[in-house]
Amino acid sequence: MTLLARTARQGGYSSEPMKIAVCIKHVPDTGSRRIDPQSKRLDRSGEGALNSFDAHALEEALRIRESGGDGEVVVVSMGPEKAIDSLRKALAMGADRAVLVSDEGAAGSDLVATSYLLAKALEREQADLVLFGQQASDADGAVLWAAVADRLRRPVISQVAELTVAGGNARGKRQTEFGYDVIEAPLPAVVAVSDAINEPRYPSLKGIMGAKKKPQDVVTVSELGAEVDRAGESGSRTTVLALSDPPPRGDSIKIEDDGSAADKIVAFLVEKKLI
Amino acid sequence: MTTLVFLEHHEGQLLKGSLGVLSKAAQLGGDVAGAILGSGVGGLAEQAGRYGAQTVYVVDDPALAAPLPQPRVDALAALVRDKGIENILFAQSVLAADVSAGLAARLDAGLNWDLVDVSVQDGELVGKRPALADSVYVDVGWTQAPRLAIVRTGTFEPIESGGSATVEQVGAGFEDFSTAATMVEQAHAEAEGVSIEEADVIVAGGRGLGSPDKFALIEQLAEALGGAVAATRAVVDAGWYPYATQVGQTGKTISPKLYIGCGISGAIQHKVGMQGSGTIVAINKDANAPIFEFSDFGVVGDLHEIVPKLTELLKNR
Repeated sequence: MTLLARTARQGGYSSEPMKIAVCIKHVPDTGSRRIDPQSKRLDRSGEGALNSFDAHALEEALRIRESGGDGEVVVVSMGPEKAIDSLRKALAMGADRAVLVSDEGAAGSDLVATSYLLAKALEREQADLVLFGQQASDADGAVLWAAVADRLRRPVISQVAELTVAGGNARGKRQTEFGYDVIEAPLPAVVAVSDAINEPRYPSLKGIMGAKKKPQDVVTVSELGAEVDRAGESGSRTTVLALSDPPPRGDSIKIEDDGSAADKIVAFLVEKKLI
Repeated sequence: MTTLVFLEHHEGQLLKGSLGVLSKAAQLGGDVAGAILGSGVGGLAEQAGRYGAQTVYVVDDPALAAPLPQPRVDALAALVRDKGIENILFAQSVLAADVSAGLAARLDAGLNWDLVDVSVQDGELVGKRPALADSVYVDVGWTQAPRLAIVRTGTFEPIESGGSATVEQVGAGFEDFSTAATMVEQAHAEAEGVSIEEADVIVAGGRGLGSPDKFALIEQLAEALGGAVAATRAVVDAGWYPYATQVGQTGKTISPKLYIGCGISGAIQHKVGMQGSGTIVAINKDANAPIFEFSDFGVVGDLHEIVPKLTELLKNR
């Protein structure tokens, strides 16, 4: 049986230099995640970090650039000003340039508004390949790439665990509910990668020092040429109505095995009419 | 209220998840339609009527032969506009995620995902979505129609109501970029074994097994229960068991009637893929393993002793 994690490194080679845009998200630290009871949205005021899934997309971009010998990797993000920290980490890992869409008017953007603004930022870049990670660890969203691809009017391949870029095409192998698909699309294209695709590198000390000198653009909604009322809450089409506690599970039993655990499991399954 | 359910199919069968969402839509009331998109799929329409669709729109086109998302966005966008559809519901899948998000962008419509319930409150559609590792439930809504929603796998069971649907063939036009991607090799269901998403009983193994050959214990127990074998990401990453059996955030979501986890700690990565299981039994030697927090029956003990005994007891019944 093929284990993708082990064979994934067959892909990723490009013959000509290309421009790759990687979309990344700055997410609140796992330990401090909370929903603000006032706004009913995720509190983004605390410490944050680069969404770990996006590091795989960046790693893939860096490997493609390295194999092609040249080209450019630009990281693009949308978020509060603090999101520059995650972009700097991406620069330290090896990206060439960073763009942050940061605007009070973009706060609270849902999928529709975010994809609109991100597509506006990406249109300025005209990249051959746009890469996404497979999900955002904070909002559990795993759909943004398809919305952005539709706005950019480009083909999309998602959940890619093995990527080959050559001859003006992207070819991705990906897992679905039924096994493995292989999908090919002409460039320019949008590709979302799974975290099985590679092991992201750590930034080197040299990379961290060099990151500060790399170009970092912070742009507003209007600087993107985007319509202000299509950003943020006014551009969003979903709302949060209420928060509640998860339903409690029924009574649960926990025993220590004294040699009779197997019998007790059988008795439990019989009682539940499962056997 | 007019609701359209995206009816996904594979190898000539409508998927259980789609039919479950269709059954739920029928319960919510209003005009309920199903959309079947593909090539040579007209025969599937009758099935949909039995699960509550009053109308089934069939878009039959060679451009829809492969399960790729973008031509489906074109076809659905036209349907939603032409038929004045207000709600479009999807059952979670790799395909549905991409179709729904593309459609949301195309229609500038709101999409709420990972819903574990949908209801109508004061005439408005409301979804329920677990957030922050399921520690809080969020009621979500839409500011306007069309409203798009993805329902978490295994949330709604298909209910046969015995009705029949009016079938309407609908044509479609496609954007150039929508047909640019091509399926070079398409996944097929494995011929042998029960698919873990359809299985009523799942026995899952984790790192606590100690070594790959110990999966034999899991396989024997699964066989005795007539179930299927699943694995955690940790053991799949380690190469002990195939990726196709991986349950969790980056694997599959399962909702069997019975789940037995052996040597599994219950990390959130795994939990989100199996918490929809009916009854959860856990065997782990670490009394503090998180899996005991959401198990119905937890056993603190050595799976290498307990599992073979359990298999014998079940075989002798």
